[in-house]
Amino acid sequence: MNDFLQTVDWSRAQFALTAIYHWLFVPLTLGLSFMIAFMETKYYISGDEFWKRTTKFWMRIFGINFAIGVATGIILEFEFGTNWSNYSHFVGDIFGAPLAIEGIMAFFMESTFIAVMFFGWNKVSKGFHLASTWLTAIGANLSALWILVANAWMQYPTGCTFNLETVRNEMTSFWDVLLSPVAIDKFTHTVTSSFALAAAVVIGISAWYLLRGRERKMARHSIAIASVFGLVFSIVAAFTGDRSGAVVAKYQPMKLAAMEGLYDGEQGAPLTVIGIVRPEEERTSNDDAFYFKIDIPKMLSVMSFRDSEAYVAGINDLLDGNPEQGIMSAEEKMRRGRVAVAELERYKEAKTAGDEEVIAKVRRKFDPDTPEGREFLSEYFAYFGYGYIATPEELVPNVPLLFYSFRVMVGVGTLLILAFALVWWLNRRDRLADKRWLLRCLILLIPLAYLASQAGWIIAEVGRQPWAIQDMMPVSAAASRIGSTSVMVTFFIFLALFTALLAAELSIMFKQIKIGPDNEKR
Amino acid sequence: MLAAVKKIARFYIDGFRNMTVGRTLWIIILIKLAVIFAVLRLFFFQPTLQGSNAEERGDEVLQQLTTHNDTVTYE
Repeated sequence: MNDFLQTVDWSRAQFALTAIYHWLFVPLTLGLSFMIAFMETKYYISGDEFWKRTTKFWMRIFGINFAIGVATGIILEFEFGTNWSNYSHFVGDIFGAPLAIEGIMAFFMESTFIAVMFFGWNKVSKGFHLASTWLTAIGANLSALWILVANAWMQYPTGCTFNLETVRNEMTSFWDVLLSPVAIDKFTHTVTSSFALAAAVVIGISAWYLLRGRERKMARHSIAIASVFGLVFSIVAAFTGDRSGAVVAKYQPMKLAAMEGLYDGEQGAPLTVIGIVRPEEERTSNDDAFYFKIDIPKMLSVMSFRDSEAYVAGINDLLDGNPEQGIMSAEEKMRRGRVAVAELERYKEAKTAGDEEVIAKVRRKFDPDTPEGREFLSEYFAYFGYGYIATPEELVPNVPLLFYSFRVMVGVGTLLILAFALVWWLNRRDRLADKRWLLRCLILLIPLAYLASQAGWIIAEVGRQPWAIQDMMPVSAAASRIGSTSVMVTFFIFLALFTALLAAELSIMFKQIKIGPDNEKR
Repeated sequence: MLAAVKKIARFYIDGFRNMTVGRTLWIIILIKLAVIFAVLRLFFFQPTLQGSNAEERGDEVLQQLTTHNDTVTYE
């Protein structure tokens, strides 16, 4: 493996590490902020000091999580500039816009009202304080919206045109970027599943108090709120997840095929509930992809296209092509991609030589306002990224990782729905505190919810490999040409930094949970 | 106007002064920000593209995108 390929791999590893670490903090912030706002609303309406005390306790947990997590996302932006400079320039005009909006609007809104939320008790009016708490929650979720819109654009680039002069994709429609089907599903699914995670955390911590026989009233009321919140949003997350699956089937069919280990496309394709995937060298077709599996007949077709007889493309269809189903082969896409790259190269050489005639010719091909340009852009430049792919096999993401991650996410998601319903029912009848085995299980829901949340991102990000931007730019073309050693060194610096910060957070958080809601001065 | 600014400043100063757990958290935040901006940004994360304007950076990216093809076989 040459040094550049090592650079690409280390850059990917570093980005994955940073994103996974950052995502440990974000989902709790998104969901807990709304539960806190609801608790404070109860205090505002009832005037009962119990709700103030409860709100302040969960606010402290929120604060610890926010403080350790804040700014870890900035490192991702550094990485764009250093490790992914081609990518950053190539799509900076589009990708930068939602990030800038996030920075200016949501982050400042969130930060301002967080100060009031923490410092403002007894200093501002109850109404203003409550408004600040709600605005903090809304601000946190607005931050997530813009980041997720940027991510969704990488999965489904839309609302843009390529500017040959600047070698950049430029935004032509903000609304197409913001309201793309992928963006809408990504936001709704990510946010609702994060709400479910936060509910699992509140229930887990409350279960610990019940096990210890401490803070029973606070624990019971917190569980009452979190179980309803969690139940509602985990069910909504199941629906948004289902919609995401249909969107993936349409725009990222290879991701869906890899998630299912589906090698040969089928009409009335089954959904695999559980199975064990064979090693890569043994997998060539549907017959030899699994050691064993349990299917639900026709379910994948229903989930993907809302039609039990719909054809779902498999990995082999997408690589070899399937003219009957209108699927172009990977080889043909690669050929067209190379034509597009060659035109770019011709433009570069003509620019260097000052050959105005060739420059004008190439410009016409990239001009969406001319018939020649429209044809070139849709027939060739649409496959630009394939021009960097050496073999069709590179287009297949890691099948076992996707297959198992999807089952972990869905399995834990289903478990959460059942657990929230059971906990709500038992808590309502005041029969939860006696079930010690269940309380112990509820504590275990916390790591399981985080596992499912991370698994969801693994599906989203590993599933779109080898693309940094779907069909437009593979990671190998997106990476900067820098030495692998420097990326490797920063990877280990991050690992040490993140481990230390995580240890600090967990230590502070556990200490505060042990102290409980009454001891603010410790 | 000045009174309002003073009031806001007092609000923050009192808030920070009365912090308990928050004090530890702020120490962590400040250390973290120092590491991120003073160490990582300055020494490890300089922008890779050298061009001083969009056109120069565009030329650099054009150069890289049209030479990658010959050398990269991603596995």
